[in-house]
Amino acid sequence: MHEMSLAGGILKLVEDAAARERFAHVTRLRLEAGRFCGVEVRALRFAIEAMSPGTCLAGARVEIDEPAGTAWCLQCSCSVEIQARADPCPACGSHRLQATGGTELRVVEMLVQD
Amino acid sequence: MCVVCGCGTDAVHAPGAERVSTKPSADPRTGDLHYGAGPAGVSVPGLSPARAIRLEADVLGENKRLAGLNRAHFAAHGVTALNLVSSPGSGKTTLLCASIEALRRRAPELPVAVIEGDQQTSFDADRIRATGAPAIQVNTGRGCHLDAQMVADAFGALHRHDHHHHHHHHDHAHHGHHHAEQLLFIENVGNLVCPAMWDLGEAAKVAVLSVTEGDDKPLKYPDMFAAASLMLINKVDLLPHVNFNIARCIELARRVNPGIEVLQVSATRGDGMDAWLDWALHAEPAAATP
Repeated sequence: MHEMSLAGGILKLVEDAAARERFAHVTRLRLEAGRFCGVEVRALRFAIEAMSPGTCLAGARVEIDEPAGTAWCLQCSCSVEIQARADPCPACGSHRLQATGGTELRVVEMLVQD
Repeated sequence: MCVVCGCGTDAVHAPGAERVSTKPSADPRTGDLHYGAGPAGVSVPGLSPARAIRLEADVLGENKRLAGLNRAHFAAHGVTALNLVSSPGSGKTTLLCASIEALRRRAPELPVAVIEGDQQTSFDADRIRATGAPAIQVNTGRGCHLDAQMVADAFGALHRHDHHHHHHHHDHAHHGHHHAEQLLFIENVGNLVCPAMWDLGEAAKVAVLSVTEGDDKPLKYPDMFAAASLMLINKVDLLPHVNFNIARCIELARRVNPGIEVLQVSATRGDGMDAWLDWALHAEPAAATP
């Protein structure tokens, strides 16, 4: 379950920000996990909750946005939105799609208290 | 006006640290004080001021940075690094042992080294060392994948422990097309899910799929086949005994990755090994995978 490593990476980003911006608690954490980023959102949420006690993330509300994936259709030469890697092009039904977006996993913003 | 809380100040907010203060904000024109301008909309005595911090930070950013350093390090040493990924039991280690033996006949001067990733034991590194090639075992403990830091550490350890290490003068600029001066095989932890996300600084990910596993795997584990440059269909000597449709497997792999290359091999019988080694020796060090 790589979500545990990713939760560790998220905690590291938050703790680095805490040292830099001098805050003690995060009350809300907003993440973005694109459809193609390879993350199971429920597992990521579980991992963050398991890891947060005793850290500045303790008790934080975690919001995870899941933007749709985008791909370039090699058949009809246009950019399309798809929900899963193996989905066909919604315009022409072709499977010749190259993923172009939705691979990102980011900490977007957080609400913090001193 | 402050774009975060709308409090009407013209304060300059440092990038990455936009404040939503619950301290009163003063109207610069009238001197009026605004309480409760924060997101909660109320002012609570005793509660410290809340503020919003915009990070926009890539969770894998640190791994990508380290992978970039690995990539530069490999390039400086003339190393072509290939990251072999598959489920457990696809025959990665057997394929590597056979590749090392074949390379010894084909390119005896070419240094070949292996980084072996497993959760526990040094069984695989022991098998590689038995061929005479240097190998470093990385045990990830409970970890399900190798990361760029582990590979950096293992590459350093290889150089310290490889007494036969050759020091080359590198002159890449004049090569017409790429040819490896050293090959580094990185055998990832047997897992078709997690290693897809971690860039190790490799030239390419090679997904090994054996015919005993089922031809539908590329659709079941699409992230890995999307991340791989090459799919090696292994154990083709067993095709007469299993229900595996090669054409369907390739078609499904190209649904998730139209550009994926495909080779068919049998590490035990030797089928396709020349084509696979041609591919490995000429793999272009690629840009970072997204």
